[in-house]
Amino acid sequence: MLNAQMVMYEEELSEIQEIADQLQQDSRARTILIVDKNGQMIANAGAGSDLDTTSLSSLVAGNVAATGGIAKLIEEEEFTGQFHEGKDISVHMTLVARRIILVVLFDKGTTHGLVRLRVKKASEALSDVFDRLAVKQASTPQPDLFAEITDADIDNLFND
Amino acid sequence: MSFINYSAREINCKLVYYGPGLCGKTTNLQFIYNKTRPDAKGKMISLATETERTLFFDFLPLSLGEIRGFKTRFHLYTVPGQVFYDASRKLILKGVDGVCFVADSQLERMEANIESLDNLRFNLQEQGYELDKLPYVVQYNKRDLPNAVPVEELREVLNPTGVPDYEACAVTGEGVFDTLKALAKQVLTELRKGQ
Ligand SMILES: Nc1nc2c(ncn2[C@@H]2O[C@H](COP(=O)(O)OP(=O)(O)O)[C@@H](O)[C@H]2O)c(=O)[nH]1
Ligand SMILES: [Mg+2]
Repeated sequence: MLNAQMVMYEEELSEIQEIADQLQQDSRARTILIVDKNGQMIANAGAGSDLDTTSLSSLVAGNVAATGGIAKLIEEEEFTGQFHEGKDISVHMTLVARRIILVVLFDKGTTHGLVRLRVKKASEALSDVFDRLAVKQASTPQPDLFAEITDADIDNLFND
Repeated sequence: MSFINYSAREINCKLVYYGPGLCGKTTNLQFIYNKTRPDAKGKMISLATETERTLFFDFLPLSLGEIRGFKTRFHLYTVPGQVFYDASRKLILKGVDGVCFVADSQLERMEANIESLDNLRFNLQEQGYELDKLPYVVQYNKRDLPNAVPVEELREVLNPTGVPDYEACAVTGEGVFDTLKALAKQVLTELRKGQ
């Protein structure tokens, strides 16, 4: 089935976190978000509690999906990057390994050129992690955590 | 596509409310939003036209609590119902874990319901999904209106496979949580079966 789930493990998440942290430093960006194409945030660096990362992730994914739709219509192979320039903060988005969106929010403390350069390196590193993750997910049996979920557990979720 | 994060101990699932224009999809989400504790919800985002018609999607993130130490998060989306927004609807269906079809019970919306349901089936197939294999519920909305078609008739046309279905009045909230619970339950049950 197409809607195979994505699974994230401790080890890979910490690698992803490291890439995000490193990218934030190297590019002198404000915030890095790593978002799944369906709009769920996987990791971030430098996102303060005032930043609504959930909403941001969903909108970024919607944006990338819409742009992907445009690309398809004009028979362009997927656009891999997008850039929105603001007065104070700009956004750079890159599609990584066709399933992950790397988002960089940056201000005047850096340049678009530097961001692009660093993003390139980070994308390659991320690609590598997600490739390995896919292999691992396919070869690792799921812990039977879900097998143990009872109807009562599910009902309890709604009892408040 | 559910996202299971063993590291953060989270389960993330995507639910999509589908149906013809003005059937009450956005109203469902608004009611859920208004009735959910602040700490269990994020912001509701509506990408709408100036006349409040959904342009791209509405989005509402919900945290339902924990199952076996895993936080369960549901991302609720609605699609724009108008026929000409088909390309956007396809995008929103990507990665869906469960679908709620919201039907407009009014007699004059019967055609629109049928058309939208066909469109749902078709758009899912195009992406390699089978509606009959997905967690799926049907909601007959606007039961409060005098021109509402009897439920038996709606069921015959819009729910031939007999999935769980609910009568609702989304403006007062009747049936709204029953519908959501039934869908969430199916999605979690699917996870349990899965793999
Ligand atoms: N009478 C009645 N009106 C409803 C009900 N649900 C939604 N509406 C109204 O129908 C209109 C369209 O609803 P909306 O949620 O925007 O539809 P959407 O296009 O499916 O998102 C709004 O004016 C709602 O107030 C209902 O159960 N009963
Ligand atoms: Mg709407």
